[in-house]
Amino acid sequence: MAEFVVRVNGQTHRIDGDAGDSLLAVLRDDLKLTGSKFGCGEGHCGACTVMIDGQATRSCVARLGAVAGKPITTIEALSVNGRLHPVQEAFVEAEAFQCGYCTPGMVMATVGLLQSTPNPTDADIARVMDRNVCRCGTYPRIVQAIKLAAQRMRAASR
Amino acid sequence: MSEQPFYEVERYELSEPARYQFEPLSLDVNRRDFLRIFGVMGGGLIAAASLHLDAQQESGRGGGGQAAPSDLEAWIHVDEKGRVTAFTGKVEIGQNARTSLSQVVADELRIPITAVTFVMADTDLTPFDQGTFGSRTTPAMAPLVARAAATAREMLIDLAAERWKADRASLTVDAGRVRDASGRTIGFGELTAGKRLTGRVTATPESVDRWKLRGTSVRKVDGPAIVTGAHTFTPDLVRPKMAFGVIVRPPVYGAKPQAVDDSATRAVPGVRVVRDGDLIGVIGPSTRVVRRAAAAMRVDWTSPTGQPSSETVYDHLKNTANSGAAGGGRGGGGAPRVTGDVARGRSDAARVVEASYLIPYIAHVPLEPRAGVAEWVDGRVTVWTGTQRPFGVRSEVATAFGLAEDRVRVIVPDMGSGYGGKHTGEQAIEAARLARAAGQPVKLVYARDEEFTWGYFRPGGVIDVKAGLDRDGRITFWEFDNYNSGNAGLPTPYVVANQRVAFHASDSPLRQGSYRGLAATANHYAREMHMDALARAAGQDAVAFRVKHLDNARMRAVLEAAAAKIGWPKPSRQDRSLGIACGTEKGSYVGTAVEAARTADGFAITRVVVTFECGAIVNPDGLRNQVEGSIVQGLGGALFEAVKFAGGRILNGTMASYRVPRFKDVPPIEVVLLDRRDLPSAGAGETPIVCIAPAIGSAVRGFGEVLPQLPVTLKQ
Repeated sequence: MAEFVVRVNGQTHRIDGDAGDSLLAVLRDDLKLTGSKFGCGEGHCGACTVMIDGQATRSCVARLGAVAGKPITTIEALSVNGRLHPVQEAFVEAEAFQCGYCTPGMVMATVGLLQSTPNPTDADIARVMDRNVCRCGTYPRIVQAIKLAAQRMRAASR
Repeated sequence: MSEQPFYEVERYELSEPARYQFEPLSLDVNRRDFLRIFGVMGGGLIAAASLHLDAQQESGRGGGGQAAPSDLEAWIHVDEKGRVTAFTGKVEIGQNARTSLSQVVADELRIPITAVTFVMADTDLTPFDQGTFGSRTTPAMAPLVARAAATAREMLIDLAAERWKADRASLTVDAGRVRDASGRTIGFGELTAGKRLTGRVTATPESVDRWKLRGTSVRKVDGPAIVTGAHTFTPDLVRPKMAFGVIVRPPVYGAKPQAVDDSATRAVPGVRVVRDGDLIGVIGPSTRVVRRAAAAMRVDWTSPTGQPSSETVYDHLKNTANSGAAGGGRGGGGAPRVTGDVARGRSDAARVVEASYLIPYIAHVPLEPRAGVAEWVDGRVTVWTGTQRPFGVRSEVATAFGLAEDRVRVIVPDMGSGYGGKHTGEQAIEAARLARAAGQPVKLVYARDEEFTWGYFRPGGVIDVKAGLDRDGRITFWEFDNYNSGNAGLPTPYVVANQRVAFHASDSPLRQGSYRGLAATANHYAREMHMDALARAAGQDAVAFRVKHLDNARMRAVLEAAAAKIGWPKPSRQDRSLGIACGTEKGSYVGTAVEAARTADGFAITRVVVTFECGAIVNPDGLRNQVEGSIVQGLGGALFEAVKFAGGRILNGTMASYRVPRFKDVPPIEVVLLDRRDLPSAGAGETPIVCIAPAIGSAVRGFGEVLPQLPVTLKQ
């Protein structure tokens, strides 16, 4: 056991744990940030996706020892003062969900995708998003939402 | 809207009680009164608590056959600000019930949808309901809440008429206000002044031609909460002084603990071990701590042997068919249904086509795993849990602890999906056991491998089909024997004079239960693949051959629409092939056409067309979403999903090893909705899944022989 410094959404926390502890468990149980979901614990469904050092990362397999000190952003910090992020807006408009359990992870993965690829093709989307699972099968809508968000974010940055 | 005939929900509600690996609790009541012994797993005996479970599991019925209440107060409240709260025992699982039912209430009361709040699936607050399954929410629950909302509307008009001494016929309702001929208005809140509207539900809902909000694509009411992560699913719940729990599971089905050394576990600060019969649990301050502590425990387990594997299971299911211990008709086995004279049909046949279709067990893989949060206060327990049967789970918990049902409250937060896989309450009982032993609230969330192993599966099975053709290519007889994979969608919708259709219950080595459309996915696969084979044997076009044997205009409409849309019978390119299938389930109709391409390692699906008809459509975009989702989920069972098991272990019980459809697997899907406003709304969330696999199988036959099994396999 040791103490780790965890920087989440602009706040600094000191967490007792093992270097091998899952970041997702720390976020959910210790910090009560439950927007990031537990889906598989194997890094294969993406429901737990957060931004670490600006990279979309599966928090369930991110280890406490490896992320200590790095800036982490979770779904809770994506909307600012109640204003939805353009990606969130696009998901609502395209109704790109059914049960919604995968959605926070899908949204964060999309934010990561659009950072590196502001104008993604279908193939880019399938490649980058393929490790995020929507068991309800709303993939076609998520693709629509991603394109809608991309278009708006490009327009806004011009 | 007229009331729908009540479908035989019992027959497709196959689901077994949990095969608890621990003894039932020592209770105040006589054990013999509530123990039921089921013979399972290679002759081993495993006890499952419950006097009532057997009946409940098949019927989805709990609470002693209660009916829906007819007093308005149970359904609708209007507060002093005119805000409306409505109540239903249905669960939101992603099928969009919260939104579609809100549309119904808002439409009847002529208020904006934002003025409606739905309280769902809370056994203390909502009217009794059998459960959310069988696609019954729109056909059966929507008319109930429509009548209740219409009754409230009429009462509000009465109150206004009384207040104004006006003729009620001259009053209208709009935007949450009652209006008279002069334009004077009064708000609902002023009329009720916070007093409850009471009385019996009597009014007739608006006819379909007066729908304003129904029939439109209202967006999901809780969309913003979903995209911000603010919506609280069961695994997200936090209660004061709550501990986190984990159950130490046996390595194989049926194993019992013989010796337990928990010293290393107990040495972890903040951690306690719970022993309760054969249940071994660990509770502590967080999931990571309890999982680490549990991993340090050493348990010697018994080693049950002789359990079938996914390779040998088909023989096992056939060999144990109709044996007494196999369930005695659980899930609806019984006498075959015979029409006409099958022997005569056989002798009339110029040609017989037969096949034995193998159906593997598949997993639901809801992204939210089984989870429960339990809290005991003064001998009463509240459990928040993800289940499709809140009232049924209340009964299960009450029975497990020997409590009266009013000592148990089950609350189901809108759930991270189910697809028929969450009818039972083992996770609720386990959480309640841990919480009782701990003396504090406990949250239990299954890990993914636990969800795979300790949930239940869509039943595997064998479907033997034998059919004859006369010289004109007409079917002379049809014999259909389903071993264990369930009997929803068992009868053929085609006109065949001589037929024998039977379901045979078997001894399933895996715990099995409902699935989306349950057995209809398997039965449609076997039937439609066989129709396709018969058409080929007769040298006839697959669409024309079906039409020749159909007298159902709705079925014919979806089939012909799918064929027209995909360009039947010509694929877009020469190296492509088309396939088609049609079906009906839950009162709705689906046609599915597929274009497939030959690839170096087999085939790929390049285009899917779905035509769907479920009567009057309440929310077109919500329906479209369900149809697309059904197709995507169906692609998994059609192309790669199958549970592998041997020696009492699930061999592919992880997301890494059990492949579910992902972005790369999804071809373009074109959905055509046939809106039949002249017909009552039928069930819609499940039916569209049933024809994707046979449509794919039919297309792939264009490239060579397709093996009679799922997933669809091209013989190499």
